[in-house]
Amino acid sequence: MTVTAPGQAAADAAAARPEAIQGRGPWRLAWERLHRDPVAIASAVTLVVIAVAAVAAPAVAHAVGHGPDDQYPTIGLTPAGLPVGPSRTFLLGTDNLGRDLLVRILYGARISLMVGVVATVLATVAGVVVGLAAGYLGGPADLVLSRFMDMVLSFPYLLLAIALVSVFGSSLTISMLVIAFFSWAAIGRVVRGQALSIREKEYVEASWSVGSGAMRVMFVDILPNLLAPVLVLATLLVPAAIVFEATLSFLGLGVPPPTPTWGGMLSDSLAFYQVAWWFPLFPGLALLATTLAFNLLGDGVRDALDPTAGRAGGGGDR
Amino acid sequence: MARFLARRLLFGLLVLWIVSGAVFVLFFVAPHDPARLIAGKLATPQTIALVNHRLGLDRPLPEQYASFIWRLLHGDLGYSYYSNAPVSQLLASRLPVTVSLALGGAVLWLAVGIGVGVAAARRPRSLVDRGGAVLMLAGLSMPTFLVGLLLIYFLFFRLHLAGITWFPPGGYVPLAQDPSGWAQHLLLPWVTLAAVTAATYSRLTRRRLTRSSMLEVLGEDYIRTARSKGLSEDRVVYRHGLRSALTPVVTLLGIDLGTLLGGVIVTEQVFGLPGLGQLAWQSVTTQDLPVIIGTVLVASTFIVVANLLVDLGYALLDPRVRPS
Repeated sequence: MTVTAPGQAAADAAAARPEAIQGRGPWRLAWERLHRDPVAIASAVTLVVIAVAAVAAPAVAHAVGHGPDDQYPTIGLTPAGLPVGPSRTFLLGTDNLGRDLLVRILYGARISLMVGVVATVLATVAGVVVGLAAGYLGGPADLVLSRFMDMVLSFPYLLLAIALVSVFGSSLTISMLVIAFFSWAAIGRVVRGQALSIREKEYVEASWSVGSGAMRVMFVDILPNLLAPVLVLATLLVPAAIVFEATLSFLGLGVPPPTPTWGGMLSDSLAFYQVAWWFPLFPGLALLATTLAFNLLGDGVRDALDPTAGRAGGGGDR
Repeated sequence: MARFLARRLLFGLLVLWIVSGAVFVLFFVAPHDPARLIAGKLATPQTIALVNHRLGLDRPLPEQYASFIWRLLHGDLGYSYYSNAPVSQLLASRLPVTVSLALGGAVLWLAVGIGVGVAAARRPRSLVDRGGAVLMLAGLSMPTFLVGLLLIYFLFFRLHLAGITWFPPGGYVPLAQDPSGWAQHLLLPWVTLAAVTAATYSRLTRRRLTRSSMLEVLGEDYIRTARSKGLSEDRVVYRHGLRSALTPVVTLLGIDLGTLLGGVIVTEQVFGLPGLGQLAWQSVTTQDLPVIIGTVLVASTFIVVANLLVDLGYALLDPRVRPS
């Protein structure tokens, strides 16, 4: 048994007590709930691994000695000109042009993550700004903005996306802009609804009464209370955007070759699935792992925050 | 109610006008030359000029737009640049395929989505809840074409190799001609649609039916009114409580069906179904403007009508939102 000085024990108790009665904010509570959710943790870990793999793509390319667009017609293709299976030289096999599938999948992760994240950020910023303005300003501004959002939501969006891309030509930027354009209204509508009810709260009135301007009320007083539902919607929008990009690639309207994208690799592989199982399998798994992890994480975050959030885009590109 | 309907209807027409105008503008902004596509590579400039004249493409843009609107108001969607068939006839011939696909898919995804959602809500955080959520989300996480191709690979290609020919890889048989062939050809497309859609429904159903949401609904004033009228508890819970708990599912269904009826582009493409989606895709790739506008108008009309029906249905299901 150890003997502690009385003073020491008192100090310990004093140190322990504030801890015991410390208030926990809603974000902290949500964080703790998320921490206890094994599915959410596994999803987050998966996403970190994929992000690291994307960052490390050039290093891996250097290590195996194959660039993402390098073709190996002699060792990367069978004498009949078909892809070769996984081996020591090509760990995940090659594609129809004799390119290293592993390296291309890693470079593809960069594009897919970039499309997902950039399109989501664009859509979220636009949705938040328009939704806040509509919900907070009310009156004619609300009428015009709400009707505009309704209108964007009533577009047959895959059809219009195809038309847009066929007009402007396919490129990475166009893909991201088109995806963002058809996604922001869903976020805008949720933000508007929430802003509409928060506007009536006493603290907003209080802020007004001390002379805050519209900008300050919208972005300093109202916006922080919307972060939870917006965060959930944004997390769920990322996989929807990644799937949308893959769909555009499948229709031949995605990021143009030779840039490696998962959707592009999948559509290239369609003619070869009977002779080269690895060709569709590995890009497909990479895509599924990423989108599933985002969706599961989004669900976990939603459960942890439990906001009354609506549905983000996605599921529409059928 | 009549005023509300009239206002929504006017807005719907405005949407249709803007969408068709946008497509019209888009078409002329595009670097394109349908006359050259139609006349072929070896066509002389005279032939091309002739084709342009015949299609009316040599007239000034505002004039073309005015005549387009004029004909549209008379219910004339024009003729395809390629087949010379009336656009309305093309659309009408494709509609049954898309309707069969969308409605059958909806039945399947409602059954699966709501079934899983109810099971999950009964035992939140159980194995059924977790496993169901992961399985459903896996469908949502895959591009539609990938789901379709997986089904074709395993249920057509592998089974075919094994000598089992239950599922054709694609194609369409009209319902009136051969009901069982119709269902057989559409089964895989239905499963594809259900796989990518059911997750949204199971998630929503689960959220609306969990204890806390139901308790919230059952704490509403109108539930107390229903009880005070002396209705049985079952009637209160199922007729009044469940109805308002599940209205969002009806909303979602309306919007999804509206979107799909306008053309299920990817699924129709994967399974070679000659529906509106395939027509839309073909018309975009061949720059067939009258058909592009026709399909976009039909698709938007379905969405507008679906939104209208959803608003109406909402008012019927949830008396609190009935507009004055």
